[in-house]
This record gives sequence, C-alpha cells and structure tokens, in this order.
Amino acid sequence: MGALSVNLCGIELDNPVIPASGTFGYGYEFAELYDINILGTFSFKGTTKQPRFGNPTPRIAECTAGMINAVGLQNPGVDKVISEELPKLKPCFHKPVMANVSGFSVSDYAYTCEKLDKEEQVGWLEVNVSCPNVHGGGMSFGTCPEAAAEVTAAVKKVTKKPVIVKLSPNVTDIVSIAKACEDAGADGISLINTLLGMRIDLRTRKPVIANKTGGFSGPAIFPVALRMVYQVACAVSIPVVGMGGVSSAEDVMEMMLAGATAVEVGAANLVNPYACRDIIRDLPRVMEMYNIQNLKDIIGGAH
Amino acid sequence: MKQSFFQILSNTALTDSVFKMVLSGDTSAITAPGQFVNIQLAGKFLRRPISVCDYDENTLTLVYKVVGKGTEKMSRMNAGEQLDLLTGLGNGYDLSLTGQRPVLLGGGVGVPPMYNLAKQLLAQGKQVSVILGFNTGSEVFYEKEFRALGCDVTVTTVDGSYGVKGFVTDALPKGYTYFCCCGPEPMLKAVCKATVTSGQLSFEERMGCGFGACMGCSCKTLTGYKRICKDGPVMKKEEILWER
Repeated sequence: MGALSVNLCGIELDNPVIPASGTFGYGYEFAELYDINILGTFSFKGTTKQPRFGNPTPRIAECTAGMINAVGLQNPGVDKVISEELPKLKPCFHKPVMANVSGFSVSDYAYTCEKLDKEEQVGWLEVNVSCPNVHGGGMSFGTCPEAAAEVTAAVKKVTKKPVIVKLSPNVTDIVSIAKACEDAGADGISLINTLLGMRIDLRTRKPVIANKTGGFSGPAIFPVALRMVYQVACAVSIPVVGMGGVSSAEDVMEMMLAGATAVEVGAANLVNPYACRDIIRDLPRVMEMYNIQNLKDIIGGAH
Repeated sequence: MKQSFFQILSNTALTDSVFKMVLSGDTSAITAPGQFVNIQLAGKFLRRPISVCDYDENTLTLVYKVVGKGTEKMSRMNAGEQLDLLTGLGNGYDLSLTGQRPVLLGGGVGVPPMYNLAKQLLAQGKQVSVILGFNTGSEVFYEKEFRALGCDVTVTTVDGSYGVKGFVTDALPKGYTYFCCCGPEPMLKAVCKATVTSGQLSFEERMGCGFGACMGCSCKTLTGYKRICKDGPVMKKEEILWER
C-alpha cells in the first residue's frame, strides 16, 4: 500500500485520481500522451444500450472559469464498446476501469449493466442518473429519490461488480437521493454531475448551445461540488467519489477532507490533457507540505 | 499532439481585425498543412483553436482574426511573451490526392492555412492556382505573400472594390485537377457545387478540447460520425453530408 493508495468499494487504487466520464474517451487516445496506468482508474465515456450521435452542434460554450457542454451522450452503444473500445484499451491499461452507464428507462440501465458485468476489464459500474443533456432519461432518474432507488436496485440485481451511482446537483435535496440509493444497495455514490446552465450570444440573441441549456463544469463549480460531497459523505456510510471543478492536487485533498474516498477530474482534462498526470505528480509534494503521510487518513477529516 | 511553450517573435496587424503572430518553439508535432494549434490565454478557460498558416522546424506563423475577447487579448500580446500551445491537432490536407494543377480557395480567415499548403504543393513541383476571397478591399491580406511563393493568384471581393467582383467560385481557373478549400460554411457549400473535380474542405465548429476527447464538435458524414477536431477539420468532398 503506497502513501497515495485508497480502497474504493473493495478495489485498491494506487491513488485517488480518476478522469471523469466524457472527458477521457475510452482512454486509449490519452495513452498516446502518457502512460495511463499511473491513474487510479478512469471512468469511460457514458455508454447506453443503443448507439447515439447526441445533440446537434454547437455543443460547447465557454464561461468564466468553466464551460458548458451539451454533448448528449454520444457513444457507439454497449455492444460496440465491448467489441471495439475495450479491446483497444486492453493493451494500454492494465487496471480495472470504471464503466459509466446511462439509460432512458430502468430496463435500459439493467440491460447495459448486465452486459458490462461480464467484462473482466470493468471494475466498477458508475450509473449516471444525472445527465442534464438528454430528454426523457438521464437526469430524470436522479432528481427523485424513488426513481434513483429503482435504477439502483435494478442494476444491483444484474451485477456482482460494485455499483456507484452518479448524482445530479440539480436537485433540492441531494442527501435524500444519496440515502435512497444507499438503501437500494448502492456500493458508492459519485457526485456532482454538471450544473444546468446556459449562455446567450449577444449578436444572434439566441442561446449559444443548440440544445439551449447544457451542463456547467470547471473550476467555478468546485465550491458547490465540495459542499455537496461534504453533505452526502456525512449522511451515508458507503464510499463517496467527489468531483466538480477539481484541477489541482490541493483540490483533490479538499475533496478527500470533505469525505471523498476518490476524486474524479473532468473539465481540466479538456484544457490540459496532462491534468491528471500533473495532479498525481504533485500530490506527494502537497501532502508533505501539509504533513500528511497517508492520503487515506484524511478522508472525511473535515467532518 | 504536443503541449509546449512558444515565444512570440512578432505580432502585427495585417488589417483592422486580422493579425499575424510569429512564434518560436517546437513544431515537431505539426505534420501537415491544414492542422491547427490550441492556445491557452490567461483568464480564459477553454483554449483558442487557430489554424497554422506556416511553419518550419522552429517557427510557427499564425494569422488570426479578432472575433471575441480571447483573440482580442491575443492581438495585444508582445514579442517576448510566452504562450502555452497544443500543436499538431487535426488531420490536415492530404497532398497526395491533388494532381498536377490544384486550385486552392481561401475565404477570409480561411486564407491562412492555404499558405503552407501552397508552399508544400509548389515544392512537389505542382502548378498551384490560389483564389483568395474577401468581402471588401480593406480586408485583403496575404496576396503578395502568395505571389512571392510563385502561385497564380486571383483575389475576389464581394463588393468589387478590389480584384474580381464576386465570390471565389466566380474565379475558378480552367483545367484544374483538384481543389482544397477553407472558409465559412456557405462558401464551402458553394465551392462543392461549382467545382468539377474532387477536393478537400476544412470545417469549423465550436470546440471543447480540440484533441478528440470531449465529443463537443462531432458531425455526421457519409462515412460515419466524425470529430471536426480530430478526424477533421479537413474532409473530402465525397464524404460531406450537408444536411446534418
């Protein structure tokens, strides 16, 4: 066990740093830039039962200290992920990967998770009940405790792998949703997905994003994310994966003090493709600065 | 793709809104004309994608238009300052398909990537015609630079205040073997319609990362879904789906 290692739902991670879904593709393209085996793991692009093109463009808008995206779960579908993407990942990543799953019905989620359960490369299932960019699915399951619990229970039935439910911040009481997922058998909670936002172009007087609204991410949302991670980690007894605007080793440690066992890094990867490598490199120096011997010791330290 | 720091050697205005920046740094990741770089600017979250106008082993020339606060900030930077660049992004033009007499068409800020393309085609012994399209005479830039390379150059302006009155498609030469094009989408569409040969066109889209990770700039083509930033920005005429 190294000084950076943590245990996420029974699987040991060399460090808590995890590129977040949708910012790291299926991993192999980043393997051209650096050895991605230095990562704790990564969460691959949100995968659905059927292939999806996603939303029309523009899908991206810049904001102060962040960005809005409305990609809309573009992915080749679970069958192609298994037959094409995972085999491409295999030679460059030798650790369990986190499979991010989305759906438009409870049975969609169960179908996709059941297929990914059979894949040896998959360590955890991260069940996304919080995508703000699709209609009639995604976030609608994550904004009410009963629906989130129903998806959790359905997925738990079809897999033996740890199930981490990814929650939306676009709710009035995220704690009640996290608790409902825990009660339904979730092995972990990850949060936060993006905050619903929009930009308007002064020249055209129309929304910048074709989908009108999108998910706001980046350093601007870090304090909101940290607060929600803190609240949820105080309320549940399963591991919490913190994310939202994380872009430095210091941010990772704040998230862990708030109660995160592991930390996902999203938008930062899009601006600096080496962001996660740099954070992992910086962690020992920052730990030393704050007199921390083992990173796992600080989990929930601010409670 | 490579991330590295470049030093600004010069940054000068070519017109009211178009600037030329010459930088020194490691250009080894740039492999074809038509590729772009993605530039980090202080105070801006996302990088700014700018097409490569010209490059050699250790210098890079960018000709860019001020369209917002990011590029405005860039236009006020001075020689000696440093910029964080991702280089070698996108596919670029495939020079092997052009035949002996290619025509290059650039519209407005679509002109710059034609420059290194023309240079490389000429170096291969090809006879290169260039058509540079602008709205009006005061917007014209790089005409003499293209002439100095040894291209056959025609300038068109929509209002007729300089060169041939009309669009780039009004100045297509006789006997061209292929076309390469960069400009606003209505121009690309018009060029595809007016040309009688195959060709390659460079597309624009709002990008997140610029290197294929975020799926922010996807488009549908006749050969499947493509990311403008990674699988493009250059596409072949035959694969373009206009009604996306």
